[in-house]
Amino acid sequence: MGVKLLLEKAHVEGIRSYEVYRREGGYRAVEKALKTMSPDAVTEEVKKSGLRGRGGAGFPSGMKWSFLAKPEGVPRHLVCNADESEPGTFKDRYLMEFLPHLLIEGLIVSSFALGSNATYIYIRGEYAWIPDILEQAIAEAKANGWLGKNILGSGFDCEIYVQRGAGAYICGEETALIESLEGKRGNPRIKPPFPAVKGVWDRPTVVNNVETLAAVVPIINMGGEEYAKIGVGRSTGTKLISACGNINKPGVYEIDMTISVEEFIYSDEYCGGIKNGKRLKACIPGGSSVPILPANLLLKTAKGETRYMNYESLSDGGFATGSMMGSGGFIVLDEDQCVVKNTYTLARFYRHESCGQCSPCREGTGWMEKILKNIDMGKGKMSDIDLLWDIQRKIEGNTICPLGDAAAWPVAAAIRHFRDEFEWHVKNPQECLTRNYGLAHYADPLVIPA
Amino acid sequence: MVPFSEEKLAKVQEIIARYPEGKQKSALLPVLHLAQEVHGWLSAETMDYVASLLQIEPIEVYEVATFYSMYNLKPVGKYMFEVCQTGPCMINGSDDIVDYIKQRLGIGVGETTPDGLFTLKTVECLGACGYAPMMQLGKHYKEHLTREKVDQIIEECRKQAGQLN
Repeated sequence: MGVKLLLEKAHVEGIRSYEVYRREGGYRAVEKALKTMSPDAVTEEVKKSGLRGRGGAGFPSGMKWSFLAKPEGVPRHLVCNADESEPGTFKDRYLMEFLPHLLIEGLIVSSFALGSNATYIYIRGEYAWIPDILEQAIAEAKANGWLGKNILGSGFDCEIYVQRGAGAYICGEETALIESLEGKRGNPRIKPPFPAVKGVWDRPTVVNNVETLAAVVPIINMGGEEYAKIGVGRSTGTKLISACGNINKPGVYEIDMTISVEEFIYSDEYCGGIKNGKRLKACIPGGSSVPILPANLLLKTAKGETRYMNYESLSDGGFATGSMMGSGGFIVLDEDQCVVKNTYTLARFYRHESCGQCSPCREGTGWMEKILKNIDMGKGKMSDIDLLWDIQRKIEGNTICPLGDAAAWPVAAAIRHFRDEFEWHVKNPQECLTRNYGLAHYADPLVIPA
Repeated sequence: MVPFSEEKLAKVQEIIARYPEGKQKSALLPVLHLAQEVHGWLSAETMDYVASLLQIEPIEVYEVATFYSMYNLKPVGKYMFEVCQTGPCMINGSDDIVDYIKQRLGIGVGETTPDGLFTLKTVECLGACGYAPMMQLGKHYKEHLTREKVDQIIEECRKQAGQLN
């Protein structure tokens, strides 16, 4: 069993209620921070911990906090990003549903560090039953003196509010989220200015993911240095992985980032192997935006070394032969799955979710969807494959926000690693409607693209 | 269009109080959810009413209501089946679930049954990838869908609707 910092108590009966959470040692981090530490000392611990943003970007959280502008007389805000919408990702939902007080505790400590007297949880609208759970936890915390005015006599005031979105993947991007919180369309803002200087209502703002803020609790309890000892290299602490696709045990797992990808997929402690005794074909290891990898490059790097479940190892080889940790949305495809069709559904997703501000993304995602649909339906041309490659290249890096990149990468990686499967669809228009290309790809020796 | 009840109006005030003074526009998304709870969808008249409640221009409401996928801009059935069809659900058989619902209800995607009971909609990733295939039904998710489970859900909805009438 690996180290568990977030989900350690997830299976304690009644942990969703305040009494049980408190009995199990909950709210100790608030006591420690508010009674014995200064706000800057809390930030310092988070810096020392090496915690990296768990939403997908992996940016050092303590550094993000230290960028927050603190002009005299201007209120600052912490906003919790609970807009979890990246296909393959359902870890924040698990935390909020089963351990709501862990998030609230993390929010109180983080609000104290940042000086946020009004903190907002922006949750995707479809998670419609979760705001009730969070609001219940907030009410319980308040009734017990952990929220409100002058918490624990520290002089620090804090309220937490839950705001529901209404269906828009783009609102997971922090400036789109801020726009949405202001009651507008979720159009990302041009940066700079960054939210740390001009965020919600033009006030300095920090936006952090649910899991990131929950991780502040063990960091304060054990100290940043101790937290940093868990894991490996710059992948410190634990990470929640939501595993799905063709595996025996889909679900949310907490890993300490020292286990291999192979162990994660085949061990009974985690995914439990491929469903129905099938073989592994490919995997998207960090949410739909990150590059898909064929089985051989997933389990071993191009250099033939074991690949591990952490930030560095998953990205070993760059986009040519590696992928990314991303949000931890781990999507496994078995030998019967069609990479072209899977890529088509993802392209459709990004077309649907593009906010429409930047033409490369607005137009490009639509083109990619149409072309991929044609190829999938046996109506594609050989030149379409190069056209797809050309379009994704023209989207990447040419948009205000990373949605353009997120839409381009899955298409690029699918062509990079599974070009033969696209060509087979074009050459066998009738056959591709009734059967999949299957595993033929792996019969070939591993070829590393130049 | 029916205006909000006293209770709903109080809720609007409670929401507005969460934001700094003069920033009541921030309440727009939550208040549109409240309006949709009452009417099932958002007519131009309803949106104008919401604009007046928040003291903003109607266009500010229209541009938001048309941006987010959860706001219905035309009437929908009493029970809306919103089936996810993105990657992880697709590889677990969501296409078959959509086809089966079409066949069972005799409607296509985006259509409503003549009795006004059911609407079928396909949606993009709802964050239930480990419990695929799935759909949203009102406030809750129905997960690990099979044909049998779809039959059950349809029966339950019909029964509930019968009791309500």
